[in-house]
Amino acid sequence: MAQEIIEVPITGKIISVNVKPGDKVKEGDTLCLLESMKMENPILAPVDGTVSQIGVAVEQVVKPGEMIAIIDYQ
Amino acid sequence: MGFFETGFQAFYWGNALMLLIGGGLIYLGIARKMEPLLLVPIGFAIMLVNLPLGGLMDYELELKNTTGVPARVISIQIDEDARISEGDIILKLDSGEVLAPIYGKVKEISVSPGQEVAPGETLAVMITTAQTPLPTKPVGLLSRVFAYGIMWQVIPPLIFLCLGALTDFGPMIANPKTLLLGAASQFGVYFAFFMALLVGFNIPEACSIGIIGGAEGPTTIYVTSILAPHIIGATAVACYSYMALVPVIQPPIIKLLTTKKERAIYMKPQMREVSSREKILFPIITAVIVILFVPMSAPLIGMFMVGNLFMTCGVTERLSKTAGTALIDILTIFLTLCIGATMTAENFLLSKTLLVLLLGVIAFATATAAGVLMGKLMNLFSKEKINPMIGAAGVSAVPMSARVVQVMGQKANPRNFLLMHAMGPNVAGAIGAAIAGGVFLGMVG
Repeated sequence: MAQEIIEVPITGKIISVNVKPGDKVKEGDTLCLLESMKMENPILAPVDGTVSQIGVAVEQVVKPGEMIAIIDYQ
Repeated sequence: MGFFETGFQAFYWGNALMLLIGGGLIYLGIARKMEPLLLVPIGFAIMLVNLPLGGLMDYELELKNTTGVPARVISIQIDEDARISEGDIILKLDSGEVLAPIYGKVKEISVSPGQEVAPGETLAVMITTAQTPLPTKPVGLLSRVFAYGIMWQVIPPLIFLCLGALTDFGPMIANPKTLLLGAASQFGVYFAFFMALLVGFNIPEACSIGIIGGAEGPTTIYVTSILAPHIIGATAVACYSYMALVPVIQPPIIKLLTTKKERAIYMKPQMREVSSREKILFPIITAVIVILFVPMSAPLIGMFMVGNLFMTCGVTERLSKTAGTALIDILTIFLTLCIGATMTAENFLLSKTLLVLLLGVIAFATATAAGVLMGKLMNLFSKEKINPMIGAAGVSAVPMSARVVQVMGQKANPRNFLLMHAMGPNVAGAIGAAIAGGVFLGMVG
């Protein structure tokens, strides 16, 4: 089982978290919404798999490189 | 007129059509949330000036004895308060006829038949809503704001100051290559300029139409106010509405010019950290260099950069906060009301306007294409591949086009997060547009 770590791409604030550990996701599903530069930016799942860890919470201010989620996939 | 006059007698189908257009813009702003801060006031001002006799956008024009010698009035051909078209005979002098130089209404006939008039003496006073190079005097609420705010070129550069206080040049400083993408997009400006010449516009008009491709409202208004004020309503509306329509105009062009594989090119989201020293030096150095090369861009670039310095220098937070909130809102209210007010039916419902709108969309489209093609060209020469879509953000329209690139990039490859990469060419495009405007003014103005 491989793991994919999704990192914060840009400084901003998390305005919603749409998945929780254990959820199955498909490539392109929205994991969370990141508000930055007055825009809501969806962070998408890069692979099909299962969310094993979530590193952010709503209202959290995040910086590039911080972990958003880890997805386990085949 | 001895009795109370309503607007109904003067109302015609053109006013009705403009009321629909104004209402349509208000609808787009409120219901579709398309650029509401711009379209709501523009739409309402259009409605106001198309309710006849309101006088909001009136200019007064004195018709004088310009023959240079004394003349005798033979007959008066028209009544006071009558509507007149360009070329109508107003009165006859022994030396010839006095024609209406522009459409409007006769406010006052100052002479009577048989009277001797000295050279330079006023024969009649007319009222018009036209933007004309004739020596008119603004006498309406909005025509005064328009004349002293926009025609005196005060408001658009001040808006640039505010935009400077809201613009982060960091992504461009971190990746200076993106300047090339912003510059490439200015091709759209010159392409539309030549197209406008081809379909019969004169050079100052063609400059004002071309600059729509720079996708910067204040720049377009600034250039048009100097070069071709009679089409300012059309160029401003073209510019602002196409900026709102960027998410519709750009994607098909980007798709046409790129393969799915190119759109999926991954760019690392993290860029190098830009120091505050760089951010402080950038506006200062840019202003000095750009203004030395293109002096006519000084009002726009100078204000843009001083606004930016307010934001980056760290000790003028109050100024940058005011410029980025209250001041830009105040200026936007004046600017948008005036722009809407130039669109009386007589000014706007001309075949020229349709051509301006058509050429404007061509300008946007070619600017997008040029940016994308430049991105592809850069990939031929550089080791680290860029996603050519970020070139499309070079059309300015901050931050709309960067956002389009971000969404399309993520769709092609969910790992992609191109927003910051696209902001580089995006802000470079804003500088590029102001420079292109300065070049036009230097050539023609």
